[in-house]
Amino acid sequence: MDLAKLTISEIQEGFRSKKFGPVDLLRTLELRIESAEPKIQAFLSRDFQEALKLAEHADVSLPLGGIPIGIKDVINVKGQSCTCASKILQGYVAPYDATVITKLRAAGAIPYGRLNMDEFAMGSSTENSAYQATKNPWDTSRIPGGSSGGSAAAVAACELPATLGSDTGGSIRQPAALCGCVGLKPSYGRVSRYGLVAFASSLDQIGPFARSTRDCALLLNVIAGRDPMDSTSLDVPVEDFTAQLGRDLKGVKLGIPKEYFVDGMNPQVRATVEAAIKQCADAGAELIDISLPHTEYAVSVYYIIATAEASANLARFDGVRYGKRADAPKDLLDLYLRTREEGFGSEVKRRIILGTYVLSSGYYDAYYLRAQKVRTLIRRDFEAAFEKVDAIVCPTSPDVAFPIGERTNDPLKMYLADIFTIAANLAGICGLSVPCGFVEEGGSKLPVGLQFLGKAFDEARLLGIADAYERLSGWTRQVAPV
Amino acid sequence: MSSPDLNVRHVARLARLALTDEEVATFEGQLGRVLEHIEHLKKLDVTNVEPTAHTSAVFNVVREDVPGISLPRSAALEIAPRTANNLVIVPKVVE
Repeated sequence: MDLAKLTISEIQEGFRSKKFGPVDLLRTLELRIESAEPKIQAFLSRDFQEALKLAEHADVSLPLGGIPIGIKDVINVKGQSCTCASKILQGYVAPYDATVITKLRAAGAIPYGRLNMDEFAMGSSTENSAYQATKNPWDTSRIPGGSSGGSAAAVAACELPATLGSDTGGSIRQPAALCGCVGLKPSYGRVSRYGLVAFASSLDQIGPFARSTRDCALLLNVIAGRDPMDSTSLDVPVEDFTAQLGRDLKGVKLGIPKEYFVDGMNPQVRATVEAAIKQCADAGAELIDISLPHTEYAVSVYYIIATAEASANLARFDGVRYGKRADAPKDLLDLYLRTREEGFGSEVKRRIILGTYVLSSGYYDAYYLRAQKVRTLIRRDFEAAFEKVDAIVCPTSPDVAFPIGERTNDPLKMYLADIFTIAANLAGICGLSVPCGFVEEGGSKLPVGLQFLGKAFDEARLLGIADAYERLSGWTRQVAPV
Repeated sequence: MSSPDLNVRHVARLARLALTDEEVATFEGQLGRVLEHIEHLKKLDVTNVEPTAHTSAVFNVVREDVPGISLPRSAALEIAPRTANNLVIVPKVVE
């Protein structure tokens, strides 16, 4: 038995029956990390001795007792670096735990490792990291997706059983799809954002990556809930998210949005997703054609709202209170200008400029206010759809993992890669990507993701539907060749 | 191609961001294409549509006005680039 390949549920069974313990697990994973990391580069840093201390004293009777969980480098863990894969936060050590980390610790989990990402979560390929490019475990000449590429690759390469990422426009679901694991974006307000370095505050959510839908449910059980430290986290009852697992698809109403099957998407991805949907129908799901008519505007709305919010959020990185400061500034303005010039990478600068522009006097109404109004239309599309269906099913990404470097000079093409994931963030609903097969390309077998979208705060049902599909198809048991 | 309205150097100044001439030229081209793409939003009729700022159905959330534990001053100062006498040091602002 290879402990590195187990799901959390299987690990817990091993702990219970005393076949192995948290220290055995951590040591096995560390060996796996040492052999895989030269090729994958998912980790920015990790502290094995610190994790080992926690594993030695782990209480396996707790909900996640003794389970190492990797953390995207955008979530504060006290005493550990948190660079957001940016030079501007080089050397910054978090002075406090994010609420999700406090909750993981209380549940007995071991936060282990800082996982690579696109700088400040801006990107779809993890190539925008200031430190390293993470590779896709299915083909190391390709990107793992992004922005939570390190979190997805670490699970896919069997370096960790589960990780946390953040999803602002698809940054959990898209890399989960491209790396062949399960990734969940909870509804906006479901999980506290306290301690998550803010990119776009009205869109960001923290969520889990894992090797099964059930494991994602176990993690959500721990991290969900209202937090006084995040006034946008909602006081909604935290139900048991495993409650609807183990069911079948009979009578489940699945909406098929025609706008999510478009010309220009990879035809093999389309065929794979359509075959998966047919499998759901064969198992008793009722397929219902629906329309989300404002889908074509989602990417534009997103790149106005997300960059506007980012330009405000990233104003705090000014070299005064934390992070990097430019050497020998001649005055305060020079300190700001050069610290930010030296500290931020190209994509971050590009988005700060776009965001500042759409908020600037004379353009605010034409861009930002109009985008917020179209956001309302996108929300209404989903509200109308969820009156007819239990969940929406569609592709997670229009393509499989693309070769490293292919899109770095074409931001617009990179932005359009998020076409199927962005609307969920704008509408505040929950969504999940689960593996649904493979496409052969360039001699490699590359994973395809099936996306299920559920109405806000309907995660229990969403997870139930995805779990039913997962058990029907068996794709999550495939292991990357690296 | 660049948008006639987007003056990257001016906007960068507003954002307190120094840019090289090369970056200005690159961003002007790339963001010009992004702005062109965004233009299609203008064909939608949004009369009488309320804007959505965020999707949480909560507004004006306040906590109870009781003191709680916050980050100790020493922890906040430890991570600052320059400090002295329990203060963060910046270049002189007022002569």
